[in-house]
Amino acid sequence: MVAPLLEIRDLQASAGERPVLRGLTLSVRAGEVHAIMGPNGSGKSTLAHVLAGREGTKVTGGTALYQGRDLLALAPEDRAREGVFLAFQYPVEIPGVSNVYFLKAALNAIRRHRGEPEMDAADFLVHVRERARLVQMSEALLQRPVNEGFSGGEKKRNEILQMAVLDPRLSILDETDSGLDIDALKVVADGINALRRPDRAMVLITHYQRLLSYVVPDRVHVLADGQLVRSGGKELALELEERGYGFLAGNGSGGAGPGVTGPEVTG
Amino acid sequence: MAAPVETRDLYLEEYRRRAPDLPGAGLPWLRRTREDAIERLASRGFPTTREEAWRFTDSGPASRAPFAPPPPRSGAASAAGAGPAHPGAHLTFLDGRPAPDLSALPAAPGASVATLREALDRSPAPLEPVLGRLVPAAEHPFAALNTSLFEDGALVHVQKGVVLADPVHLVFLSWRAAEPFRTLPRIVLLLEEGAAATVVVSYTGPAGGAMLTSAVTEVALGEGASLRLVKVQRESVEGFHLDATAARVARGAAFSSHVVTLGAALSRTDLTVALAGAGAECGLSGLYELRGRQHADHHTTIVHEAPQGTSRELYKGVLDGRSRAVFDGRILVRPEAQKTNALQTNKNLLLSPEALVNTKPELQIFANDVKVKHGATIGQLDRDVLFYLRSRGIPEEEARRLLIHAFASEVVDAIPVPWVRETTAAALFTTIGERPDGGRP
Repeated sequence: MVAPLLEIRDLQASAGERPVLRGLTLSVRAGEVHAIMGPNGSGKSTLAHVLAGREGTKVTGGTALYQGRDLLALAPEDRAREGVFLAFQYPVEIPGVSNVYFLKAALNAIRRHRGEPEMDAADFLVHVRERARLVQMSEALLQRPVNEGFSGGEKKRNEILQMAVLDPRLSILDETDSGLDIDALKVVADGINALRRPDRAMVLITHYQRLLSYVVPDRVHVLADGQLVRSGGKELALELEERGYGFLAGNGSGGAGPGVTGPEVTG
Repeated sequence: MAAPVETRDLYLEEYRRRAPDLPGAGLPWLRRTREDAIERLASRGFPTTREEAWRFTDSGPASRAPFAPPPPRSGAASAAGAGPAHPGAHLTFLDGRPAPDLSALPAAPGASVATLREALDRSPAPLEPVLGRLVPAAEHPFAALNTSLFEDGALVHVQKGVVLADPVHLVFLSWRAAEPFRTLPRIVLLLEEGAAATVVVSYTGPAGGAMLTSAVTEVALGEGASLRLVKVQRESVEGFHLDATAARVARGAAFSSHVVTLGAALSRTDLTVALAGAGAECGLSGLYELRGRQHADHHTTIVHEAPQGTSRELYKGVLDGRSRAVFDGRILVRPEAQKTNALQTNKNLLLSPEALVNTKPELQIFANDVKVKHGATIGQLDRDVLFYLRSRGIPEEEARRLLIHAFASEVVDAIPVPWVRETTAAALFTTIGERPDGGRP
């Protein structure tokens, strides 16, 4: 049996001083797409930040192995160069740095790490233009400063473009669907689907089911209060959509109890 | 403070001894100007931090003892510091003296580039209304020192309607010496009605040696003339650099200034622009990049004297180590200068918790129908942006460098001479980028 690409065991982490992840266990194999769903405050973004190595989160227990190595011991740039990619929920703007320059610097940093020759400007442009078609990114957006003045949808498409250019093995997409209208959601979903590969895994972190209508996951997990309280196939997402997160309260009992919160209001 | 008194007295004594032999000694108007300047210096003395204009800049190290004139030099020491060759006229001074073997002055019809000594000898008339008239010695003791004792410099004179295609490059190179010495470069730029030119002034020298450069530049633009003046200061980081530049801009003329400050332990640049005629405009941009214990002070004054003037000003600073920057931007709008449009911005990026900036806008507006705005910021590299770059595989040091460049690019990209733009961008890479800890303690 092939070892998992990502193996998280009993992961505990805090954001600032506040404990958020309270013993999360998850195993992701190459070729799989996992969805992690959960209400606000359940720990979804903290999980993404811990895996990417963001400051402000602190691992207090447990392990996360990536390709059998201790992922948590690596600097953020080393995780990226080893093939881990985080699509940000809130991509930052970088005035004065053009999108295409940024992408080239990132790709060449990764290629140097792999011992491959750096791509020159002309070859890179061909490469990036081809990838940009996947997410319908215009030449103008490639030449503009990174995310500066981009609409919400353009920023999320830009995240998927970066994923397409950098060619990661493991992608964690943090609420990539939030803030998108239906057309933008379809573009993003098409981009994600085009990048599914047998040697690549993706973890979609999302609040809502709607992305999963377009990107069909192999596994769906429900995160509540810092733990995965339920796991299942794609049908679990539909069940959540119908019944809301409330019925899961009670730490994985699966039963709806009296007094639990009602379905999340989508907005 | 006994020491400055001694210093100014020693300069006064030197003036008395050498006045008959200084260039232009036979010109009564210049003799008077020099006499006035040395008397001002002798009575006023060098600045102290008790004076508002020098509050944050202690010029003591540059005035505690007199700096001697440069020592005689054999030609052998020279060529190494000359730097790359550039198209167009270039006039190089080594330790304040003309270096003909490092200069080239191709003929340009309607324009002359000459040493100031030659110009004073041959045809001093055009200099009389400008030299010593635009930079007031009374307000700036180091300018007074230059005025009283300068020995040479450059004149660029462009006649009516003449447009110079290639930039003129004036290079002041101070080589290291066993003993500290001073140079007093003096520059006059005269553009007659409708003339246009680009002038690059470089102050440069290798590390080593606490030299003093006290430079004065005077710029007179006739009606509708256009001058782009680029100043690059990359002197020894142990040296002292003081520069007073003043420009008078006539009706419909345009003056743009680009100042790049990278060198010297202590530098002070005073730039004063008078928009003297209706519709005159100026654009002042500056970049200072400081490390270690460098101190750089930029004082600018824009005087809107006439209606419909426009001024745009953007100074940016990148500070590392324990460096310190001062920016003081004054905009004065006189009562007759209606419809003035002025915008001033100063932005600073601190790479170290020990770096310090004092920034001060000063608006004095005496007309009622004007648009004047100013803004200043002091910030650090954005942690979220750094993480974003790192999360894409870009190492932290490269990410820092990229963001520093992005910060400076607005000013660097505006430099109108490609090779200055490139060397400035490269200097940012080699200085900041190669220090893993950014020089922080």
